[in-house]
Amino acid sequence: MERETGTMTRIAKPTIDVAAVRRDFPILAREVHGKPLVYLDNAATSQKPRAVIDAVSGYYESANANVHRGVHTLSVLATEMYEGAREKTRALVNAAETAEIVFTRGTTEAINLVASSFGQARVRPGDEVVISAMEHHSNIVPWQLLCQRAGAKLRVVPMEKSGDLRLDEYRKLLNERTRIVAVAHVCNSLGTVNPIAEMIAIAHERDIPVLVDGAQAVPHFRADVRALGADFYAFSGHKMFGPTGAGVLYARRALLETLPPYQGGGDMIASVTFEKTTYNVLPHRFEAGTPDIAAAIGLGAAIDYMDALGSDAIEAYEGELVAYAVDALSSIPGVTLVGTPKHRVGVVSFTIEGVHPHDAGMILDHEGIAIRAGHHCTQPVMDFYGVPATNRASFAFYNTRDEVDRLVGAIAKVREVFKS
Amino acid sequence: MSDMRELYQEMILDHHKHPRNFGRLTGANRHAEGFNPLCGDRVTVYALVDGDSIRDLSFEGSGCAICMASASVMTDELAGKSVDDAEQLFVKFHDLVTGESAKEPDLDVLGKLAVFMGVREFPVRVKCATLPWHALRAALKDGEKAPVSTE
Ligand SMILES: Cc1ncc(COP(=O)(O)O)c(C=O)c1O
Repeated sequence: MERETGTMTRIAKPTIDVAAVRRDFPILAREVHGKPLVYLDNAATSQKPRAVIDAVSGYYESANANVHRGVHTLSVLATEMYEGAREKTRALVNAAETAEIVFTRGTTEAINLVASSFGQARVRPGDEVVISAMEHHSNIVPWQLLCQRAGAKLRVVPMEKSGDLRLDEYRKLLNERTRIVAVAHVCNSLGTVNPIAEMIAIAHERDIPVLVDGAQAVPHFRADVRALGADFYAFSGHKMFGPTGAGVLYARRALLETLPPYQGGGDMIASVTFEKTTYNVLPHRFEAGTPDIAAAIGLGAAIDYMDALGSDAIEAYEGELVAYAVDALSSIPGVTLVGTPKHRVGVVSFTIEGVHPHDAGMILDHEGIAIRAGHHCTQPVMDFYGVPATNRASFAFYNTRDEVDRLVGAIAKVREVFKS
Repeated sequence: MSDMRELYQEMILDHHKHPRNFGRLTGANRHAEGFNPLCGDRVTVYALVDGDSIRDLSFEGSGCAICMASASVMTDELAGKSVDDAEQLFVKFHDLVTGESAKEPDLDVLGKLAVFMGVREFPVRVKCATLPWHALRAALKDGEKAPVSTE
């Protein structure tokens, strides 16, 4: 909030020079079907700034080698760059040490890692795993698989029509059989920001660890794993302006140390004989095989890029933009927003009366506008609202009010074609 | 927008808004479900088959305009035809919407089905148009098996 304070001059709000930012993203200059691209599918994957693209190609052009393997110059260089990206990632989420940052392929692999290793160590027949009604399939299916394997039970925190979780029910679901809670920080189909710190505190009253799916949070605001108290925090580099192929599992050291390895292979070992293998130190114990080195380095560049913009500026800019989009979309006759959460970032889901999202999505595409039409890998959320699919516009800091206006105009064309 | 009008012909919009033969067919002795996991389109086709003859057809489900209209027109056009005719029409319809065949579409034989010709300009929508047909063929083949999927 801006305000006058005594003799101080007005404190400028942190802000984003969106025209300059857009020039950093080469793809935003392209056209689709002869119209300037309006990219509103950021929740699926974000676009990449030049700095990230250059970091990846620069690595391949001047430093490519395997990591943690050799004494030769390139291997040392590649290892430094890869481990440098780990340090940047640690700083991003404010983890205590880099040993707590495991690189994975993405959020999905991070969650599978925990479901597998933690499940093996801690989940027994009759135990319970708690997730929520608004999880992405990748935070449902690994737990279902674990529950089937272990003979455990999956419990689901329900939500309100608004798309807010029911904390009263959440409290009631936790009991002495609950082994872990796994919940999204931000819901990818509704944009709900869940009260994660509070949910973690409630679970910790019973010493239940919590995994947070931060895939849709990290692109929009700072997630401080220690301030939140998260035990596990998972996210994907490609949704936060980095390349595909590198994601992150933050895990508290005390917990990570107790977990058995996930995959076996090179890099995760200290020594191997046919009789016995001793495992490598954290985090390498959980990174079997050659990782996606270039993607991790690209992720590091993406973190630098976001740092340079500043998380306050990103939050302020996107907050206004998404509020504008919510207003604009909800005032179109025949358009209904799906989910009206108390606290929202990044995502607006909606339906158009009489028009299936698949049809709308294609007509919008012909106007140069990329949105997502479908169930967004959250079928239970679609079932909850009784719709097979929604249209989802999802935003990043390079989107503009102009683009929202183009979306609104194109929806009018959709209704024209359908005479709805 | 003109290419959109090519795709979303009046007749398609009409069948989408007012689907014919919608609902479970009483007395049906065959049915099968088609599902497109990509977009969530879901169609169940019911058939009353007597020997080689398709006495009656209906469908249920939810999906995009192309899929729903395709199911509606298909059930309208095929009721009363023989199972062989249906199979031949499927091949012609498939050629029509994919544009794969070098031959000009046989518009006389296709009749009302020809309205889906615009789909060939939009390869991602071919599955929407053909999903009800895949369900129909599954129903005619063996009736009660697992849902067919376009993937
Ligand atoms: C909330 C949420 N969790 C998990 C995922 C899966 O991420 P990835 O496909 O990068 O593993 C997504 C991606 O859509 C998501 O939005």
